[in-house]
Amino acid sequence: MVPAIELRKIDKSFGPVHANKAIDLAVAKGSIHGIVGENGAGKSTLMSILYGFYRADGGDIIVDGNKVEIEDSKTAISHGIGMVHQHFMLVDNFTVLENVILGAEGGSLLGEGVAKARAELKRLEEEYELKVDPDAVVGELPVGLQQRVEILKALFRGADILILDEPTGVLTPAEADHLFRILRVLRDEGKTVLLITHKLREIMAVTDTVSVMRQGAMVATRKTDETSMPELAELMVGRRVLLRVDKKPATPGRTALSVRGLTVRDSRGIDVVKNVGFDLREGEIVGIAGVSGNGQSQLLETLAGIRRAVSGTIEIDGHKVDPTTGTVDPAEMRRLGMGHVPEDRHRMGLVTKFYEYENAILGYHRDPAYGKGAMLDLGAIRETANGEIGKYDIRPPNCQLRTANFSGGNQQKIVLAREIERDPKVLLVGQPTRGVDIGAIEFIHRRIVEMRDAGKAILLVSVELDEIRGLADRVLVMFDGALVGERPPETDESELGLMMAGVNREAAE
Amino acid sequence: MFEMIILILDSTVRLSTPLLLACLAGLYSERAGIFDIGLEGKMLGAAFAAGAGAAVTGSAWLGLLCGIAVSIALALVHGFASITNRGNQIVSGVAINFLAMGLTALLGQDWFRQGGQTPPLPTEARFTSLNWPFAETLRDVPIIGGLYSELLSGHNLLVYVAFLMVPFTWWVLFRTRFGLRLRAVGENPAAVDTAGISVTWLRYRAVICTGILCGVAGAYLSTAQSASFIKDMTAGRGFIALAALIFAKWRPVPAMFACLLFGFLDAVAIRLQGQELPGIGEVPVQFFQALPYILTVVLLAGFIGRAIPPKAGGTAYVKERT
Repeated sequence: MVPAIELRKIDKSFGPVHANKAIDLAVAKGSIHGIVGENGAGKSTLMSILYGFYRADGGDIIVDGNKVEIEDSKTAISHGIGMVHQHFMLVDNFTVLENVILGAEGGSLLGEGVAKARAELKRLEEEYELKVDPDAVVGELPVGLQQRVEILKALFRGADILILDEPTGVLTPAEADHLFRILRVLRDEGKTVLLITHKLREIMAVTDTVSVMRQGAMVATRKTDETSMPELAELMVGRRVLLRVDKKPATPGRTALSVRGLTVRDSRGIDVVKNVGFDLREGEIVGIAGVSGNGQSQLLETLAGIRRAVSGTIEIDGHKVDPTTGTVDPAEMRRLGMGHVPEDRHRMGLVTKFYEYENAILGYHRDPAYGKGAMLDLGAIRETANGEIGKYDIRPPNCQLRTANFSGGNQQKIVLAREIERDPKVLLVGQPTRGVDIGAIEFIHRRIVEMRDAGKAILLVSVELDEIRGLADRVLVMFDGALVGERPPETDESELGLMMAGVNREAAE
Repeated sequence: MFEMIILILDSTVRLSTPLLLACLAGLYSERAGIFDIGLEGKMLGAAFAAGAGAAVTGSAWLGLLCGIAVSIALALVHGFASITNRGNQIVSGVAINFLAMGLTALLGQDWFRQGGQTPPLPTEARFTSLNWPFAETLRDVPIIGGLYSELLSGHNLLVYVAFLMVPFTWWVLFRTRFGLRLRAVGENPAAVDTAGISVTWLRYRAVICTGILCGVAGAYLSTAQSASFIKDMTAGRGFIALAALIFAKWRPVPAMFACLLFGFLDAVAIRLQGQELPGIGEVPVQFFQALPYILTVVLLAGFIGRAIPPKAGGTAYVKERT
């Protein structure tokens, strides 16, 4: 059978970066084909070439047995290739219908095209179980539905080959399951699906075949039911990795952080953290599990002194702090021994336009070790930065580069190094491995466990349940702003999942 | 009293016209994600070109064409700076304002030697009032006569064009493919790009629309409202139009009402100039001139809700390596 799509020797460089090295790939019609690889392995570049976003430097693209030239997205669409981007390509203040017809309006006046599109949407909705109100404003829809609009957009343009780039990154587990159901329906209707992801579990759950990319090259293709997660993980990083974190049982000491009755209200006047209380002891890692957006971020920010609470107390290492007053700020919390690795390193952790050494002391720049009065001691700062670069294997090992030039994993190491090396008593860690490749994840996890073993108290917030279960000694589950229960990390994943979804809230209480 | 109201409303219409044209001009550009602070400069350039063109050729129509051509040229400069070269749109707009201010005075003096003015235009080289049928006969009918003969009839062609542009612009924005794409590119150009549409070409077309309308606005000033170009004759109208655009939240019909409101304030200011108001005394004319800006700030600060500009406004589109 002729493959739906075949790539031969596709090559692409961005300056000195060889993003795709002579890639060969064949995808059978009516199948779900996964492409896995670490961040930066070249998956997205390859798909962008297929969708005409970039042009390849060399190689052939064969669709349905015919060699085609894909010059731009328009030609890709005309060859039946549709793409669901990682960051949705939707106009927020347009309706679903307007978004779907954009670029395929069917005439210079909208009237007739809109009527046809409405009928077509209805048909697609029934055929593929893609229910969504055509007159809803896209920006007001939950992300799961927005993604559905993206899929509808592609199908409306007559896509036979659907590329999904990291589609589950923004979805809750339930939404992801629903997406996979839709993908199976699409496959059964004869569509070909290309699923780009770095989550092995998704590959195992939904694909028929899988290809692995590493450092710009295609290293293997397997039938999904003839491979395993460990094998794929090894292919991805090129060596055996520990998906589990090796650690000794915790030996908790005295209480380092004590939170009581903490309530936080956001700018809309909604309580986003509700009466939260817990103790964190020296030498233990407490994980806070929860679906993104259930108040974890606000909790972390309040503990770090960034956000004010409406009520509650925080006691850190014996010092009582009143988080409801404006006197508490991040500098004060740091002085008391609170380190903070923010959830979003780009928004809060780093100034990416700064040099690496500037970021290495960001927030600690008033420390007399780095200068007197208004002046900075650049020599001392660079020495510190270089020390951290060596210790944390930050690459490239050059503190005079702009931080934006480091990969996600290395940027995260910069933040982690900065916070850990100031020797805090309590470390708040938010999403330590978001957008970080497997090699760096391993390193980061090891550093966090070492810190615990050195007797520090660590509060870990992550939306990756695997990470929480692997690292934490105790797991607190957060739902709708409140802590709904505590479980040991060995707890069954589905039980935690249900708690995260707020299902057995009563049972937990 | 009624007569006075009619007169004020009549001059409201005349004074609103250039604001409305410039405001709609800005609407095309800004809806496409290109902020245009250079409306003033384009209008001024067009006013000069139209005045000069009409003076030289003796034709108002050729003057209008000159005005539009110059305005489009300036719009393309803005487009080249901010679309092709991804420059800062505010800086480019300000530069155009200064360029127009300086060049019109300089060329005017060099060509015509009348202190920066263009020669006065004879009636046939201007857009003059069009009298509607029966305007004269109905003039004396109470109320209706005043409304019909003064308010509706008796304006020049460009006034009618300006007000017809309101429903036309609405129709273009919301009922045509071009309008859909224009609105989309101002909100999320990446969505337009991935739909297989050229962001660059779309945005260029938008700024050309802006150029055309600013051209008409400029020609109105020098060949319809007045009979020659006078140095700096736009007198901040481009900025008032911008204020009206924000006031109207980038929508055509509210834009018309905003411009009428600002035109009305202007008309009242002229009427009240040097007159004593009972109980208040003489109100300085500057107060009325400042009112549009004060109103914009005050109303936007809370009375009409937040004006949310097109999301991608002010930023150049760069195909990102992700």
